[in-house]
Amino acid sequence: MSQKSNARGSHPQPLFEAVGITKQFGDFTANDDVSFRIYPEEIHALLGENGAGKSTFVKIAYGLLQPDKGSLFWNGELVSIRGPKQARQLGIGMVFQHFSLFDALTVAENIQLAMPAGESITSLSSRISSISRDYGIEVDPAARIYNLSVGQQQRVEIIRCLLQEPKLLIMDEPTSVLTPQETEQLFSVLRRFAENGLAVLFISHKLDEIRALTSRATVLRRGKNVGSVTTKGRSNRELAEMMIGAKVKDVARQQAPADAKVLFEVKGLNRAKANAFAVALRNISITAHAGEIFGIAGIAGNGQDELMAALTGEWRTEKPGVIKLDGTDISISGPAERRVAGMGFIPEERNGHAAVPSMSLADNALLTNHSLAGVVRGGVLDLVGMRAKAAAIAANFDVRLPEPNPLASSLSGGNLQKFVVGREIIKVPRVLIVSQPTWGVDVGAAVFIRKAMQELAAKGSAVVMISQDLEEIFAIAHRIVVLHNGVLSPAGSATDLTAEKVGLLMGGDTAHTSDLAGGSDVAPGASA
Amino acid sequence: MEALMLTVLLTSVPLIFAATGELVAERSGVLNLGVEGMMLMGAVSAFAATAIVGNPYLGVLAGAVAGAMTALVFSLFALGLATNQVATGLALTIFGTGLSGLVGAPFVGGTIEGLPNLAIPLLADLPVIGNLLFNHDFMAYLSIGFLLAVGWFLRRTRAGLVLRAVGNSHDSAHALGYPVLLVRFCAVSFGGMMAGLGGAYLPLVLTPHWSEGMTAGRGWIALALVVFASWIPSRILVGALLFGGITIMQLAGQARGWVVPSQMLSMLPYIATIIVLVVIARNREFALANSPACLGRLFIGSK
Repeated sequence: MSQKSNARGSHPQPLFEAVGITKQFGDFTANDDVSFRIYPEEIHALLGENGAGKSTFVKIAYGLLQPDKGSLFWNGELVSIRGPKQARQLGIGMVFQHFSLFDALTVAENIQLAMPAGESITSLSSRISSISRDYGIEVDPAARIYNLSVGQQQRVEIIRCLLQEPKLLIMDEPTSVLTPQETEQLFSVLRRFAENGLAVLFISHKLDEIRALTSRATVLRRGKNVGSVTTKGRSNRELAEMMIGAKVKDVARQQAPADAKVLFEVKGLNRAKANAFAVALRNISITAHAGEIFGIAGIAGNGQDELMAALTGEWRTEKPGVIKLDGTDISISGPAERRVAGMGFIPEERNGHAAVPSMSLADNALLTNHSLAGVVRGGVLDLVGMRAKAAAIAANFDVRLPEPNPLASSLSGGNLQKFVVGREIIKVPRVLIVSQPTWGVDVGAAVFIRKAMQELAAKGSAVVMISQDLEEIFAIAHRIVVLHNGVLSPAGSATDLTAEKVGLLMGGDTAHTSDLAGGSDVAPGASA
Repeated sequence: MEALMLTVLLTSVPLIFAATGELVAERSGVLNLGVEGMMLMGAVSAFAATAIVGNPYLGVLAGAVAGAMTALVFSLFALGLATNQVATGLALTIFGTGLSGLVGAPFVGGTIEGLPNLAIPLLADLPVIGNLLFNHDFMAYLSIGFLLAVGWFLRRTRAGLVLRAVGNSHDSAHALGYPVLLVRFCAVSFGGMMAGLGGAYLPLVLTPHWSEGMTAGRGWIALALVVFASWIPSRILVGALLFGGITIMQLAGQARGWVVPSQMLSMLPYIATIIVLVVIARNREFALANSPACLGRLFIGSK
């Protein structure tokens, strides 16, 4: 680690260099004269907000896009990378932000597709098992992708890349779904890479991680390279300001409400496994008060999807009295009825769950408002009202639109997330259920979204937030529980907890459960 | 009874050809509704080639080539120009029906010497099943050969894995650097060739003459058969025998004056397909693992 900072001195020859890369899509310049160098043994960060051109740049480096101008050098030699196959032959591996996996195929088949022909699936499966054990990222080679959680799918992506033994490893936000412990494990793997002479290009929004892992960072802003800096000794604030080009305002946790009434209550919710890979929910109990943000931490695949579906009403229990909204039993109500009763939902997956990519924002505004006033009149769509609603959401929640009423698919991840968050919050629901509110969005958008949730809570609503991002949980939640293997830990006050304790619980260590049971309003039922 | 079973077997051969080809195309994510048109082009070409040259084996070849060429028209529009697959496929059927009628006009009323039966030594002498299973023409064996080969190809070869991957997520396949459109082009061409072979079987074996629209909806039955088989090759054999049997029952029923209207019987393949669709839809696991998720979706790769 100590030699990495002077990598430039010991290796005058960059492993990979890009000079004057320009890429345009129509009128939009995604990359404007970007130059970039990475040396062997170096862990280099690529920083930038969503839409800053990071993805475009790494796609060019991986051969998925061809630059309009500029040249690429590999070990000092001019190369043109015509496709991912050629990139892999050179020794460039990439873990994508949006997974390039095949749902219907098994883990082993997915990996086989990225490997040179000739290896049998049996021998590949055993290599997958051994490498996943080595690095502590377990996956079953015979499992089909559609049965895996987002976090598990990412493990498959990472293992697929590791097996190709690349010389340059590009990682597009690999840690967004990992626990602190898992992240640390991944970092030790990446450091081992660097010690073996490999280069890692690491893209992340998490500035702490970038400072902990990388030696240098190249910062992109609106398609331009605004400089390469050493990351050691810089503060998060400095890096974030370079990235955004403006001062950053922090989000601070608000005072917890005192003696507020219970707005949302779940008591003894059980759910059997839907299939062999699902997680059974056992005796889930949640008590969220008015004005409170209730954080549910946990690693992907521990029952988050199942719990979210149970809270939104997409899956319903048959037992009455399990879920109550302000004292009213809503256990057997569907999502639309729950919305009418005053709930709002923001599911984890933006594309296809929270929003329909191929529909306009106005149409998307209709999706969660159809049972409420304002967009439907006498069974007929109020097109003007829908457009007005979408425009109001965009204006109030800083959604940057490329055109009036664009397709949802034309917005960047952060912008679309602000839209789906805004669509619910603008209704001022009494209870907001949200899963992974800032997954894969940039710092600016994440701050905005967290603030919006805090403002909602300040108005007297209860927010139940499922998140795998501990930083986020600790930033805004008043009380915290951990979901592990379908069971919730007792609730603890955020002020009494540390990231280490919660991290251990996320990993299934229950020895610290007693530390969590702080207040008197401990949620019952998680004695396991 | 044996004669009836033999007829069922022969009727199912064109279905096996056409459905196996369409299965490969659909597994790659392309829905080609032009099977009927491609079969007709195969049928008329096979008849014409045999009538002119006098060699039915050349007719087999002509049918295969004609089917593949017709599929080329589909590929040009649906893959090359990214037109809607459903509309393009329907247009192809209409195109194939018209063109085959035009090309075949001089041959109406003519007759040819069809494919001879090739008895497999020893096996053909077995009692009962000998004549039923091992005394057929070249194309009947070929259809089973293709079916087995496709099953093996999809499950066991890397190229088959790539084809399934393209049909499951063309974006992911593109991201990994696989040539999505080339894979689909090959799959559609293979589907066309197989439909052509299925069409060729009609004049070369079943009825040794040409008449306009002689496939009589077999292309549509083949399409239904792919769904009935839920995109699994081995089930095509079962489905083809079943659907072939139903077709023969119609004819036999009419001849013997059954009370069941023949229209009811001709509905059966489609009703069976709908039932299968319902059953598949109820089993999420199965649907996710076997139905090509990108079926009918347009792919436009970024450059």
